[in-house]
Amino acid sequence: MNRYPLWKYLTVLVALVLGVLYTLPNFFGESPAVQVSSAKSTIKVEPEMLQRVQSLLQQADITTTGSSFGRNGPVGTIRFRFANTDIQIKARDLIERALNPNPQDPDYTVALNLLPASPQWLSAIGANPMYLGLDLRGGVHFLLQVDMEGALTARYDSIATDFRATLRDQRIPTSGIEREAMSVVLAFPDDGARSRALALLRSRSNDMTFQEGAGQGTLEGRPILTARMTDATIASVQSSALRQNITTLHNRINELGVAEPVIQQQGSDRIIVQLPGVQDVARAKEILGRTATLEIRLVDDSPTATSALAAGTVPFGLERYDDTDGRPLLLRRQVILTGENLQDAQAGRDQQTQQAAVHLTLDNKGARIFRDVTRDNIGRRMAILLFEKGIGQVVTAPVIRSEIPGGQVQISGSMSAEDAADIALLLRAGSLAAPMTIIEERTIGPSLGAENIEKGFQATLWGFVAVVAFMIVYYRLFGVFSSIGLTLNVLLLLGLLSLLQATLTLPGIAAIALTIGMAIDANVLINERIREELRRGESPQAAINIGFERAWGTILDSNLTTLIVGIALLIFGTGPVRGFAVVHCLGILTSMFSAVVGVRAMVNLTHGGRKRLKDLSIGTVWKPKD
Amino acid sequence: MEFFRISRTIPFMRHALALNMISLITFLAAVLFIIFRGFNLSIEFTGGTVIEISYADSAPLSEVRETVAGLGYTDFQVQNFGTSRDVLIRLPLAEGQTSAAQSEVLMAALTEANQGVELRRVEYVGPQIGRELVENGLLALLFVIIGIVIYLAVRFEWKFAVAGVVANMHDVVIILGFFAFFQWEFSLPVLAGVLAVLGYSVNESVVIMDRIRENFRRQRNVEVRDVIDGAITQTISRTIITHGSTQMMVLSMLIFGGPTLHYFSLALTIGIWFGIYSSVFVAASIAMWLGVKREDLVKPVKKDDTVEETYSEQS
Repeated sequence: MNRYPLWKYLTVLVALVLGVLYTLPNFFGESPAVQVSSAKSTIKVEPEMLQRVQSLLQQADITTTGSSFGRNGPVGTIRFRFANTDIQIKARDLIERALNPNPQDPDYTVALNLLPASPQWLSAIGANPMYLGLDLRGGVHFLLQVDMEGALTARYDSIATDFRATLRDQRIPTSGIEREAMSVVLAFPDDGARSRALALLRSRSNDMTFQEGAGQGTLEGRPILTARMTDATIASVQSSALRQNITTLHNRINELGVAEPVIQQQGSDRIIVQLPGVQDVARAKEILGRTATLEIRLVDDSPTATSALAAGTVPFGLERYDDTDGRPLLLRRQVILTGENLQDAQAGRDQQTQQAAVHLTLDNKGARIFRDVTRDNIGRRMAILLFEKGIGQVVTAPVIRSEIPGGQVQISGSMSAEDAADIALLLRAGSLAAPMTIIEERTIGPSLGAENIEKGFQATLWGFVAVVAFMIVYYRLFGVFSSIGLTLNVLLLLGLLSLLQATLTLPGIAAIALTIGMAIDANVLINERIREELRRGESPQAAINIGFERAWGTILDSNLTTLIVGIALLIFGTGPVRGFAVVHCLGILTSMFSAVVGVRAMVNLTHGGRKRLKDLSIGTVWKPKD
Repeated sequence: MEFFRISRTIPFMRHALALNMISLITFLAAVLFIIFRGFNLSIEFTGGTVIEISYADSAPLSEVRETVAGLGYTDFQVQNFGTSRDVLIRLPLAEGQTSAAQSEVLMAALTEANQGVELRRVEYVGPQIGRELVENGLLALLFVIIGIVIYLAVRFEWKFAVAGVVANMHDVVIILGFFAFFQWEFSLPVLAGVLAVLGYSVNESVVIMDRIRENFRRQRNVEVRDVIDGAITQTISRTIITHGSTQMMVLSMLIFGGPTLHYFSLALTIGIWFGIYSSVFVAASIAMWLGVKREDLVKPVKKDDTVEETYSEQS
């Protein structure tokens, strides 16, 4: 009765082998590596780069111990491993010189990194070490909140601008088009104008809803239209704002040259940024925390405005901003374009004069507006404003020389190549669709990370040793089986975590320890039950069978209730709690398998074939004297 | 080796009433502490900045305090963390000042005062995060309670479900009472620990309930009280060995796990001991007061196939 079919033994064996195999990479440590990624959004790192760098290294007689190509979102990265840090640094310098002929304007980011040192064949079957959380490896963690209201306000501003242009094109008279909170209010001199405008706008923008009404306050008695975005549009504006911000963050972080950044969306309006190994927090924060948004507005250089500026007053409809040299400028309130419409900004040179220049690429809508505005305002100045934490600064305010169609804009003039690079960087960095604020931040020094690993490991190890020692002393051979089962459980859990590439944190290690402590429950239930059946006078074989059968129901019930808790933590938990929950849930599953199937397999294999089994090595079975 | 040489059923339920009164008093005391003393919530919940620094030699706490006070903070804490060389500084949430500014200004001032200072860790949590954490924590608690009630009601019976959940809440509230009384820091890992205790304690009650059901099937014409006593007696060795093993693990975390896991392991320790107590005396006796009967658990339609139907081991 205590025999397993062959497939069950094989299942346990396969689980054991897989457990060992996928746990293995965690023991190889890390080896020094160099990684190359693109420093500009126009330059892509493709798998072909691998050969190019490989031959570079060969020519210089530098031997690598492995190479790989990987993608993180849109960004490709190639990595080379080396035997020691001396070779690593030599290789870095070589690659840096070869790929970036102009160090002032690097095309590629060449950074030092640490890569898992597990052999290639393990990586080939997808066995990689667990990803260590920041509390274990050191680094910076940020949680950024995207200001969605800001994104929507900006969108309504640009819709208002759009409406003005459309109605002017069609010569429909208006008495003012303004954004009011989360809507655009259009006022008309008469009902006829309104109905013509309504028909026109409805046909052009089907992502808006329009509501007719009567004006109030200053618009008293005027027929008005209130335009609002549909819920679907709002959702798409928000998700595209989030996407754009993530892309922008990718670009900015690339400039930092971080080895393995994590940039992820969390919820509908948050972004997690994790920069492992980064110690210069100030710089990381400066680059990320630039919650800059970009606006393009017209400069008012009229004599009245100039004299008002000299007198220190700001006329109605204008706003005063300083440029980078501290000179004041008066700008129109109306926003022509925002960072949303700017697709790219690159430093370069003018084709004809070879002067330093900044090349801007606008999206379709931006290009159309830009064409109209430049056509109507030749000779005037147009300012590019960067808002950082609510304070605007004019980055540059060039003169419009001619109508610019097509959305390819060049800014040139009295600037150096360095200025051009700076402006391009600022503009690129400024093309956040919505402002962001840091709402959570964690910095963990590398020494603390190493200490945390050490502590977690010690705690788990000594607890494990204590439990195993007790089990063997108390339950003898069955205690040995339980201990092997427990080891199998740990292997399966670690293997599963490595396979899923789950992030291991200190609370995760605590969960592993706790899982071991709780997993023993199943073994104790079984062993106690077998003892009880023996006490009751069952034969050893029957006792084993009944013991496992009876204990199974209890084990299932108790583990399922624990699993309910684990799932609740997984759903509602964040950060450390979630790290704990993942390990906890997986641990429950692996412990059920190893205690019930794994241990049973061992018992069946050793005891099942013995017909005349007289007693079991399960410790003292004390019987009450009647 | 055999620790438990129990020759007769221990009458656990004889003193059920007295023990339940003690439970009730402990529970109410815990509730009062929670209400009147409140929790020493970590910055994860309250928002604010925590900065951990390390000195080459023993940390000059008063000097650090002066430096922090010199920057204009009034409501802050400076204390040793783990060893005498490590210092933990807690700063309140400052309106209109970002975490970046806070930690950098502070580090610059500290480095100026003493060159041998190393920044170990900075944690900044904005105000909105804390509110969400509290909400999510309560939601998790609610989800767990409902989930467990449904599971136990389906698998066993509603009286057991109620008894199990009451026993659980008893444990959780008492852990929280300890944290309120001693003003231990209540952080996210502690919350995870408390919720893990929920599962652990239910697990315990389930094992006993399982035995009660089994004994109801097996023994007829036996008093409910005796069936419960028998079930607890039969499982007591397992209860103590299992909890002992888990406690060994938790003790190891308490000793080796460092300050981060300290309160987490403390919460689990309290949870484990009260878990034993509550599943033996609280869950079972509440089920008894609620009048759990043989018919509740042994469905007459389902023919029992165990051979030992008439077997009785009562001495």
